[in-house]
Amino acid sequence: MDFLSFLITGLGLGSVYAIIALGYTMVYGIAKMLNFAHGDVIMIGAYVAFFAVGKFNMPSLVAVLFSVLVCTLLGVLIERLAYKPLRDASTLSVLITAIGVSYFLQNAAQILWGSDTKIFPTMFDFGNISLFNGQLQISLLTLITILVCIVIMVVLTLFINKTKTGKAMRACSEDKATAQLMGINVDTTISITFAIGSGLAAIASVLLCSTYPAVNPTLGSMPGIKAFTAAVFGGIGSIPGAFIGGLLLGVLETLAKAYISSQMSDAIVFLVLIIVLLIKPTGLLGKKISEKV
Amino acid sequence: MAKLKTAFLGKNRNCHLCLGLVIIAYIVIEVLMYTGSLKSLFINLLVPVTSYIIVALALNLVVGISGELSLGHAGFMSIGAFTGVIVSNVMATMISNDILRLVISIIVGAIVAAFFGFLISIPVLKLQGDYLAIVTLAFGQIIKSLINNTFLGFDSNGFHFSFITNTVTLGTGGKMLINGPIGATATDRISTFTVGVILLIITILIIFHFINSKYGRSVMATRDDRIAAQSVGINVVKTKTIAFVLSAGIAGAAGVLYGLNFSTLVPARFDFNQSILILVYVVLGGLGNMFGTIISTFILVLLPELLRFLADYRMLIYAIVLIVIMIVTNNPTINQFIKKIFRRKKAEGELNND
Repeated sequence: MDFLSFLITGLGLGSVYAIIALGYTMVYGIAKMLNFAHGDVIMIGAYVAFFAVGKFNMPSLVAVLFSVLVCTLLGVLIERLAYKPLRDASTLSVLITAIGVSYFLQNAAQILWGSDTKIFPTMFDFGNISLFNGQLQISLLTLITILVCIVIMVVLTLFINKTKTGKAMRACSEDKATAQLMGINVDTTISITFAIGSGLAAIASVLLCSTYPAVNPTLGSMPGIKAFTAAVFGGIGSIPGAFIGGLLLGVLETLAKAYISSQMSDAIVFLVLIIVLLIKPTGLLGKKISEKV
Repeated sequence: MAKLKTAFLGKNRNCHLCLGLVIIAYIVIEVLMYTGSLKSLFINLLVPVTSYIIVALALNLVVGISGELSLGHAGFMSIGAFTGVIVSNVMATMISNDILRLVISIIVGAIVAAFFGFLISIPVLKLQGDYLAIVTLAFGQIIKSLINNTFLGFDSNGFHFSFITNTVTLGTGGKMLINGPIGATATDRISTFTVGVILLIITILIIFHFINSKYGRSVMATRDDRIAAQSVGINVVKTKTIAFVLSAGIAGAAGVLYGLNFSTLVPARFDFNQSILILVYVVLGGLGNMFGTIISTFILVLLPELLRFLADYRMLIYAIVLIVIMIVTNNPTINQFIKKIFRRKKAEGELNND
């Protein structure tokens, strides 16, 4: 019974990682950049939700929407100001810029809202459900987190495969120059990708903070790194890959914490990652790119 | 005059430029210290700056020369630093000369870090691109977790070790060397600026010797075109391994220098952010450009201190400076403008030579 309970907690955490990883993987797929500032967008999302509920007494759902809106705008703004001028620059230059943006957001948050940890208000209280005569207690929030993740995943897959914008995104990720020749507005497409990724980050932030109710300026770093790992785990650039990678990572982390050692859980997760990459060098669902000579 | 210039600068022009820069900077700083015109804040930063320059050079060997992104170089620094702390503490009773103790610690630290570099290079160099980067990131995290959970003590009966929970009991005169998340405490601060500069000079000589050797050229050929390099008989994995292990060893040596400069050192000091910070020095200095790396590291380590008058806003300004530099240096119009100026100067120089 314990195992089942850990498994569900792990899936809940994994769903949050998966939602964040989707943002990483979409941006990577289309802009070929590691957006290290993604974790800090999560942090901003958490603060926005915190103030929306705590200060302005917004209803929970409205607060979530507000947070999504702010993060979406922030994502587009970051892309336009910092990344767009570097479209033709080397990947490393873009990486450093992303790190600069990450520092900027963290320090801006620290100046604006202080470096102390704030307690995130309870936005959703669904209680628990008992199964097997009360032997298994499952938080309904965890189930909803998993459900939200699945819905996002399905909608996103449909969006990318069925809509015109989705097609444009796939075209851009294949070949930007050709896409442009086919009449696709590459700049807008990239902006839309950032908007979706950042919006998802806001949803992830609310789910994350509902489970671990603490908000501080470095809140996003660790989930950011973990989600990045999850994206690589599943094969970066692949949307189902990010989903599976996120879930696996969450389960692995929770089980390692429960059965081996809570201090060593990170090390175990990263060790498994190295082993997986040794066996499947491009991640679980990553495409094998054959080099042309 | 022109002949003398080629004779002195010659093939190793960049190497001599770096050495010249370091030696001149050393003399200037020593003179300033002697006349007492340096603030103590700046003097305290000298050894860390030197360590960071050495690590940045080591990282540039991997990122710039070998063309592989490493996000875990702080891990090698960490291994070096804590090995150094252990060695220097154990030898404290045997060797009273601080400088000798420091030198031995640096050598042992470098060897241990190089060994770990070899271990990690086995999975790392089979992968390519961002997958390789993530393995080095994972490695850095694993090292941090391992040291964070290590409890190591030393007394007259030898070493006492426990993992995750502290069960180490020490006899009289015993000392905790690594105390889990608290790290190393009450370490003798035996690092000196002079030893650091000598280590830096040795590093520069090793790196340039490597670059100009058969292996260095193989590594650069592999970076530029892996398949072409393989087709002319270069053992791609072997050459990359040599560069990576060398880089890890140098980073370890720098870690020892850094670790023995502080009386307390926590394992969390060498986290992901630290690896990223070193990468920033390398990228701003220019990939494969050792001279640029030395200058950019020097400036960027000091920048947060120089911006101290901005109080809370200093890291914000630092971030903006970073972004703006990246955007400006990658702007084609500005790049062309700079190239034009340099080309004109070069043309004038050639005219004068005739």
